[in-house]
Amino acid sequence: MSITAAMVERPPPRARGWPRSRVIGYAMVGFWILFGLGIVSYLIFAWNADFFAKYAPAYLKGLQTTLLLVCISMVLGAILSVPVAYGRMSANRFLSGLAYCYVYFFRGTPLLVQTYLVYYGLGSFRAELGALGTYLPVVSDWFQIAPHVSVPAGVTIEWFTLWDFFKDAFNCGVFAFALNTAAYQAEILRGAIESVPRGQWEGAASLGLHKLQTLRKIILPQALIVALRPYGNELILMVKASAIVAIITVYDLMGQAKLAFANSFDIQAYIWVALVYLVMVEILRHGVEWIERRITIHLKR
Amino acid sequence: MPSQNIWILLTWGPDGWIDDIAYGALVTIALALATLPIGLTIGFFVAWAKQSEEPSLRLAANIYTTVFRGLPELVTLFLFFFGVPILLQHLVRYFQPDATIDVNSFVAGMIVLSLIFSSYASEVFLSAFRAIPKGQYEGGYAIGLSNWLTMRKVILPQLLRIAFPGLENCWLSLLKDTSLVSVVGLAETLRNAYTAARVTKHAFLFYGVAAMVFLGLAVVSSFATSAILRSLGRREAQR
Repeated sequence: MSITAAMVERPPPRARGWPRSRVIGYAMVGFWILFGLGIVSYLIFAWNADFFAKYAPAYLKGLQTTLLLVCISMVLGAILSVPVAYGRMSANRFLSGLAYCYVYFFRGTPLLVQTYLVYYGLGSFRAELGALGTYLPVVSDWFQIAPHVSVPAGVTIEWFTLWDFFKDAFNCGVFAFALNTAAYQAEILRGAIESVPRGQWEGAASLGLHKLQTLRKIILPQALIVALRPYGNELILMVKASAIVAIITVYDLMGQAKLAFANSFDIQAYIWVALVYLVMVEILRHGVEWIERRITIHLKR
Repeated sequence: MPSQNIWILLTWGPDGWIDDIAYGALVTIALALATLPIGLTIGFFVAWAKQSEEPSLRLAANIYTTVFRGLPELVTLFLFFFGVPILLQHLVRYFQPDATIDVNSFVAGMIVLSLIFSSYASEVFLSAFRAIPKGQYEGGYAIGLSNWLTMRKVILPQLLRIAFPGLENCWLSLLKDTSLVSVVGLAETLRNAYTAARVTKHAFLFYGVAAMVFLGLAVVSSFATSAILRSLGRREAQR
């Protein structure tokens, strides 16, 4: 495989002078530079040490809440997506219909509606949810073995109902987000598994591997390469969508910004938060691209 | 406490809430339809800039999509809804010291959704641009069409056809994103469901109805788009 110079299509020489596209391009870039300078100068001009001292710790805590929410719901969603994807691919009419309805509902309605449905809607069933419960062990006593390090010393058994779970806004957010992302992740998983050619299943079967072995050793390694980018996109979408929980009174990053804005009427409350989200999304996007480059190295020629 | 008969609540009229929610659904549809042409136009030009040979145009377009795809929709909306009045007020007060400015939530929603929709649509348009062979442009120039006429008469018809399935996805997420505008007080489906839930205490019922409205809109648009696809002369089961 040698590429001769004649085969390489050279890019056309750069246009000289000032064609129209260059004028527009420079104007647009100039606009963005002005816009960026405007924001930076505003932030410098409106620099307020009190604002920072007061709200920066709150923002950090909010960031923690956001990341926790996203991580828990992504993991729960991934677990839940396996049976849904199985249902979608199943030959059983009833199972596949059920999984299809699940996916259609969660992809067809806004996440905000789903979150309201869980947070406000389940309040309608307060009595029913309060009747269903279980005994759970609760650590009632901590024993300190070192500064900042404690071990559980005493455990009591307490009665917990479903209402105890659903009355907390954070739990409702996690619940709604996990159900939502499970629908999207199930579709990603299904698409990735179906992208592996049928011959791979047949080849594995002819070697005497059973279904689960085939899936684990042959199909999934190939499917997950395909699925990586969609999974990355889903993670980014979840980080962005997590701002929604601020509306149901969870103090995540956006919730802290809302609080800071309501107290100070200072728009920089939202500008800082926007910057944090932007940085977070860019890190994730480039991270996923980096991982994809690394794991597809053997496919490059 | 919930006391009223839910079947009365689900009627049209003074005791029922269905008329309010139907009105909200109309606002939802109006918002999405008003956003669509603006978003499509901006998205097309951003994609055009992205595949241009001029690096400065590409840079400007890439900044645009990075910003509006990277920011959460809610943050963009709040920044716009609270930030722009402050900005305008500073400008207007040079001329008229006692002016106050309010941004209409419909207009704010329309602008913010256009920005978001166009940045996603531009990615769809961009991949469609890449699917069109160079010979199409060269053919256009060879018969003496100008840059703009080649784009409009030769490229755009093919582009729309290729981009259509991707744009359908953008449209569906636009429909869902309209619900976010309820947060800044636009009386659309979700906002009216919220009011109904507050007043009647039947929260699950009315949020369920709102979910069904959005689901219904998604079903209707998928019927509409498959009809358009058929009229574009393409079969669904290609590939």
